[in-house]
Amino acid sequence: MNAAILSELRAAVQDDIRLSVAPEDLAAYAYDGTWAETAPAVVVHPDSSEQTAAVLRVAHARRIPVVPRGSGTGLAGGSLPVPGAICLNLARMNRIIEISRGDSLAIAQPGVVTQDLQQAVEKLGLFYPPDPASSYQCTLGGNVATNAGGPRCLKYGVTSDYVLGLTVCLPGGAIMRLGGRTIKNVTGYNLSQLIVGSEGTLGVVTEIVLRLIPRPDAERTALATFSRMADACAAVGAMLSAGIVPLLAELMDRATIRAVEEFRSFGLPTDVEALLLIAVDGDPALAQSAIDSAADILRGAGARDVRLSRSSEESDALGEARRSVSPAIARLAPHKLGEDVAVPRSRIPEMVARLQDIARENALDIVVYGHIGDGNLHPTLLCDRRDNAVMRRVERAAGQMLEAAVALGGTLSGEHGIGVFKRDYMRLACDSEALRRMAAVKRVFDPHGIMNPGKKLPEEIEKGAE
Amino acid sequence: MSLFDPINGQRFFAPDLPGYDKLLGCVRCGRCLSVCPTYELTRIETFSPRGRLSLLRAVEDGRLELTRGVAEHLYHCLDCRSCDTVCPPGVGIGELIVRGRAAAEARHARPWWLRRLLDVFLASPARVETAAAPLRLLQALRLDRLVVLTLGGLPGIGATIRTLQAFAPRLSRPLRRELPRVVRASGEERHRVAFFLGCLMNVAMPDVSRATLHVLARAGCTVLIPREQACCGAPHDDQGQRATALRLARRNIALFESLPDGIEAIVTDCAGCGAALKEYALWLADDPEWASRARRFSARVRDVTEWLDAIWPEELKLDHEPRLAVYHDPCHLANIQGVRAAPRSLLARVSGLELRPLANGFPVECCGSAGIYNLTHTARSLALLERKMAAIEAAGAEMVVSANPGCLMQIAWGARRANRSLSLRHVVEILDASLPKTAGHDDDHVIGMSTKARKRGDSKNEF
Ligand code: SF4
Ligand code: SF4
Repeated sequence: MNAAILSELRAAVQDDIRLSVAPEDLAAYAYDGTWAETAPAVVVHPDSSEQTAAVLRVAHARRIPVVPRGSGTGLAGGSLPVPGAICLNLARMNRIIEISRGDSLAIAQPGVVTQDLQQAVEKLGLFYPPDPASSYQCTLGGNVATNAGGPRCLKYGVTSDYVLGLTVCLPGGAIMRLGGRTIKNVTGYNLSQLIVGSEGTLGVVTEIVLRLIPRPDAERTALATFSRMADACAAVGAMLSAGIVPLLAELMDRATIRAVEEFRSFGLPTDVEALLLIAVDGDPALAQSAIDSAADILRGAGARDVRLSRSSEESDALGEARRSVSPAIARLAPHKLGEDVAVPRSRIPEMVARLQDIARENALDIVVYGHIGDGNLHPTLLCDRRDNAVMRRVERAAGQMLEAAVALGGTLSGEHGIGVFKRDYMRLACDSEALRRMAAVKRVFDPHGIMNPGKKLPEEIEKGAE
Repeated sequence: MSLFDPINGQRFFAPDLPGYDKLLGCVRCGRCLSVCPTYELTRIETFSPRGRLSLLRAVEDGRLELTRGVAEHLYHCLDCRSCDTVCPPGVGIGELIVRGRAAAEARHARPWWLRRLLDVFLASPARVETAAAPLRLLQALRLDRLVVLTLGGLPGIGATIRTLQAFAPRLSRPLRRELPRVVRASGEERHRVAFFLGCLMNVAMPDVSRATLHVLARAGCTVLIPREQACCGAPHDDQGQRATALRLARRNIALFESLPDGIEAIVTDCAGCGAALKEYALWLADDPEWASRARRFSARVRDVTEWLDAIWPEELKLDHEPRLAVYHDPCHLANIQGVRAAPRSLLARVSGLELRPLANGFPVECCGSAGIYNLTHTARSLALLERKMAAIEAAGAEMVVSANPGCLMQIAWGARRANRSLSLRHVVEILDASLPKTAGHDDDHVIGMSTKARKRGDSKNEF
């Protein structure tokens, strides 16, 4: 990057320490939560909306790509730099500006870690439900950019259900405020919902107003095992028909159960086809009666064995099995590819069978787990990245899994996003009319195509937008 | 750039650089960022565990030179090992960073004064003591401040000298010289253990180790003390002096092997030493001659709290003056050795002591002491210390109990800086002060400890 541009950027962030071109920093900002790597040309660490806007002004004028980044835990390559890019590290903007009990909302900067916000509001008896698996470190800005979900969204919805307002910096340097402090708001087009899930391709979110709800008092958990995958899915359907909306409805296939059991002995049976972890929340008496009815339904649906918690602590202990999935799988093979597809709930048994077929056809090992209530599955292929032949098969299997999901009426990504890795599959899931409108939207916000290029939209659509 | 491109760019440019396979084991999930103190302070990836590993990998891949900057980033790490307690695949981040430091040493050596200190002085206990003598004399004559005035302006080392003077404990007559080779169990011998005396304990906190030996004896242990023992090697390992660290490890292993049979454990009261001694097995894993000997040695090492909690005689009741205290987990005990319950359960036996919870208990939030981090990275160390002091203040504690000399000195420094009166105690000192008085059986002389020193009790908190 030439010296003139660097000095403009330096002026934009107002301090030398907020900009780095050191080779070490470029190497450490070359990746996200995936395997891919591309070093940016410069890393800037703005501390405010104004500095962010000033960076976008320079980038717009000089036509330099800008890639916003939170904690870099994304799994679709959405915050992966492109060559020559400015990496915009928003992790330092991590202030919780306000938590209002009266209005049940929180205002936070994009670099606030999701779990930090959750803990802060829970201290005040409030609750922020979206809980992506990386909530210990992912940032709210990243959650907004990908419209993050998590296991609780069957009951409580996804990030967009909680976004009341946004401050967005736009290419060119304008700062736009959207929405506000009210739940109902039909003033004009709902641009904040357009920004949510746009993966940094339209602008940079620098302030977020989030709706909060009262914190449920108690949690109860049931853990059930099934000899047949289809029975497990039917059980969840029956539960919902009976009016029980679980907080969690997590599914593990046999390979996942075995991995978890090997990692830490929970005494789970390893000869079953599926394990369901159901949690309900609410006032203690209600939660208790809901979990009791859920247990009856599980047994009625053919569960082999049902374990129940009687307190929030016991519930936590049962939940431990679910939290062990990620470390357990991480230890199965040198590397893994964690996919993220969603299908209508009724098609889950078919989808799981199809996934297992795909793995077999490609001679790969697979574990499947996911959020059964909303049909969001995480098929995970085990592999070794040093083995070229294996990686080619992984690549093929990943494509086949996406095709299978769409064929069953599902979608390419439940919660990870499209990023770099799924943009070429967008045509499978979106018709060309929709893609053309998306290209037009992109042009309105970002005429020079500097915002996170190479992400979200298929290449030819994005190029048409420039 | 494809997600599916295989990796094969590996280049071994330095024999010591950690295994490439282990580096590839990092799946970049970012879990470790949430517990890393240096990331929390900076919010810059290069200061995170994942960032440090990525630098090592970039060097291995040939994408990045082994620059001075890379070496500096490796030294920004506290070696607190919080990251290792949460990493899902269990990459072994801390060890990789330390190995990276050793690999960087050939090109970017540590400052001369540091290497000299580590190599010449710490390599043998007698040298430590000789080296400590002039400082002890200066302190006794209250001339240490004068030294700071004259040398404090020296480029390169002046700032370190100033910090050292502010932080340094008052040195004592080395304990090692007065220790007998055997301390007998008072009463019936129920166990036999060996004692590993840490360098800092020896010259800076001899009262702690006196208390350790006394408590061990009262708990029915006969303690063997091989006086030829060397430094555990942790400071050398920490500062990229791998060869010296391994030499010290081998020496200690051989020495403890020469003890008579029947030793149940090798006990230490220094969490930093204990962590290193337990890691000898890892350090020497690739050495065909030493691997199994190191494994046997490490398997017997116990922190004193771990050991005492396991063998504490029920009938031995503990009674202390009323105090509101917190227990501060040393990183090297809680994160590396996984010892968290034992010191708490020992302290719970002490009536009179009310233990309050300390915020950010696990993974432990480092107090900033971190070996010699407070000398090499003073500003960041102080930022961490201030957070720790605030947590102690919030808990309303008048006493901090811990199990590592570095932490105790660091927190004492924090109290001095804030002008706060705070008692600092090692767990064993609390136990020692809480033991029932023995009638007519005074074993104090056995461990060279004057009764007067022990009676000083609560007032001795200046380290
Ligand atoms: S050892 Fe401590 S300072 Fe070093 S990377 Fe791990 S958590 Fe961070
Ligand atoms: S927690 Fe472990 S695997 Fe995850 S980023 Fe950190 S070092 Fe890598």
